[in-house]
This record gives sequence, structure tokens and C-alpha cells, in this order.
Amino acid sequence: MGTPPAAVDGPAPPAPAPPPAPRAASEAWGALKDSGAVGPALIPLGIAFGVVLTHSGLDWWWATAFAALVYAGSFEFLLVGLVTTLAPLATIGLTAFLVNVRHVFYSLSFPLHRVRGRAARAYSTFAMTDEAYALTTSGAARTASGRRILWLQGFVHLYWVAGATIGALLGAVIPDRVTGLDFALTALFTVLALDAVRADRDLPTPVIALLSALVARLVLPGRLLLVAFALFTAGLLARYLLTARARTGAEPGTGSGTGTGSGTENGSGTGSGNGSEDEPRARNKTGDEKDLPRA
Amino acid sequence: MPETPDTPYLLAAVALSAAVTWGLRALPFAVLTPLRASRTVHYLSTHMPAGVMVMLLVYCLRDLPLADPPRLLAPLSALAVTVGLHLWRRNALLSILAGTAVHVALASTVFAP
Repeated sequence: MGTPPAAVDGPAPPAPAPPPAPRAASEAWGALKDSGAVGPALIPLGIAFGVVLTHSGLDWWWATAFAALVYAGSFEFLLVGLVTTLAPLATIGLTAFLVNVRHVFYSLSFPLHRVRGRAARAYSTFAMTDEAYALTTSGAARTASGRRILWLQGFVHLYWVAGATIGALLGAVIPDRVTGLDFALTALFTVLALDAVRADRDLPTPVIALLSALVARLVLPGRLLLVAFALFTAGLLARYLLTARARTGAEPGTGSGTGTGSGTENGSGTGSGNGSEDEPRARNKTGDEKDLPRA
Repeated sequence: MPETPDTPYLLAAVALSAAVTWGLRALPFAVLTPLRASRTVHYLSTHMPAGVMVMLLVYCLRDLPLADPPRLLAPLSALAVTVGLHLWRRNALLSILAGTAVHVALASTVFAP
């Protein structure tokens, strides 16, 4: 709440939105408030990125180009290191793939179904960063309309590009011995993790995630994220199957597999105040409802 | 660095990175969207955000110099400040700015490489 709408010079133009839709302005304002918790924090992070980029010898406007076009925070930090050592394009493409392959998992829960229109969806997927994912799947924006989601993503994008550009311009005047700005990324994920864990209200989730990441760090440090995400997904699935089995076991006569009993039970297990996710289920056919775990 | 990257190379690097990243964000929707009706995937998606952020945090901390305790002080102090402030004030911007400031101050002065 105490977060001021920082960098008003950026978000200001969209506010007086097209006259025919007074709703658009309120959607934009709502999105700005949704982004209020984390969005402005991208500016110092972007500044850190811009400084790192110019200190490595690239022209300042590459910071703007990286931030606007590649738009993948942590990978952009890596990309600076790759291009300054003239890494082959194949290496760059492979690194982009490995660092960003985690986004595949986001498609399971990112609310793209609320975004209408081909161009809007194209932008929404392009701008589906970790931060955009965190903001749209938790907090007030969890039930936001498609338009509001787009505004939110636009603001997050703008914060990042503005920060990177400012940082790159500042880079020339900040002496080289000032280091450690890249901690802004760590701080960002610290905050996002604390908020997400608090919203989830489920202790085993962060524990499984932490164990998955630590195991991945020990076993295959070069592929930490990919291995961790896979282990975590497997861990969650195992937990889901075990708890579902425990529940069906407690119910008499479910072995016959009538399906009705176990169906309601499973619903209760996951319905911890996340009503918004019922939408895709209603929209899609109900044929997949039968993939319930069978004991 | 003896050589500096030229513009065509940088443009190609940006274009390639953008294409790969966007592809990874957009294409799975075509394949996985039908799965969203399933209860299992619904369960996964409820708990995924919290887990994902925890793992991204560990990823950021992957290069902590565990073998060199003095150099651990800067990142660990900054982390403690970030967590403490965030639990206390719940203001993302404040937590991130303060944590980063502590890290820059320590890493650039007392624990300068």
C-alpha cells in the first residue's frame, strides 16, 4: 500500500486513454495499482542491468534494446556476458533456451484465457516474464480482466525498459569499482518468494521447491533451473497422488470407481481460495475431469 | 577484451534470444491449454507460483562463495536485510532497494574483490 506510483513520467501517458472507453482508464489505473507492489522495484533492477551492460563496454542503447526486445531479466544479465566474450550464436540460442525453458511451466497457470484477440495474446505471451507471472497469479490481479492483465504487463515492461535505459546512461558516471548492483535480482525474487509463499499458505510447497533446487544445485549445477522445475513438478504430483489416495482410501467403496465421490474430494483439496482458476475448467470440455488418480 | 562485438552480431544475438524466449512463452499454450481442465494440472497451478519463486531465488544464490566465508558476508547481510524488512514492512520496493544498497555498499568497500 505504501508504494508510490514511482516513475510517473513513464506510466503517465496511458492514463488519458482513448475517449470511447472510460473503462479502459480505470482498467489501466487498476493495473497500475496491481503493479504497485513489485513493478516499481524493476526500476532499480533495470538500472543495475544498465550499469552492468555499459560497464562491460557496450553502447548504452543496447540496454534499451535488450530490455525491450529480449525482455527476460535474468537471461539479459547472462546475455551481456555472452556477447562481450563473442560467444557463438548457437551458444546464445541454447543458453536462452535453457534459462527460459521454465516459462513452459507458466503456461499451465498464466491466465491467458482471459486475454482476447490475436495481437493481445501475442503481446501477453511475449511479456510473460517471471514478474508478470507472479503478479497475475497472486494478489489482487488474480481475478483481473484480460485488458487489465495487458495493462499490467505493459507497465512491468515499461518499468524494466526505463530502468535499463536510465542505468545504462548512468553507467558512464558510475565508477567501475561500484559492484554488487546485480543483487537487485536476488532481492526481487526474495520478495516475490515471500509474497507467493504467504499467498499460498501451504508449507510443503516451498519445502519441496527448496529441496528440488538444492538437489539440482548439487547434481547438475549447470542446469539448475530445468532440473529443479522438473523435480518440483514431480514432487507436487507425487504429493497430489498420495493425498488423493489417502482420501479415497478413507472413503468406503471408492475402489469400484464410481468417480463421483472422489471427484468432490479432490475439489476440496485444491480449492483454497483460488476461485479464479475455475474459469478455464468451465470453458473447456469436461472430458478431462476423469484423469483423477486411481488407487 | 581484445575484440568488441559489432552491431550485426549484437542484432543477431538479440533477435535470436527474443525468438527463443518468445517461443518458449507462447508455444506451450497451444499444447498445454487443453490440460488446464484437468484437476491434476489445476492442483499444480495452485502451488506452482510459490515454488517457482523459491527456486528462482536459489538460482540467484547459486554462486554464493561457500568456501570463502568473508565474501559470504555481503550477500548474506543483504539477504537478511531484504527478508527482515519485507516481513516487517511488506513493501517490495523498500525491501529491494535496501537489500541492494546494503549489498553494493559492502561489496564495493569492505569486501571489495
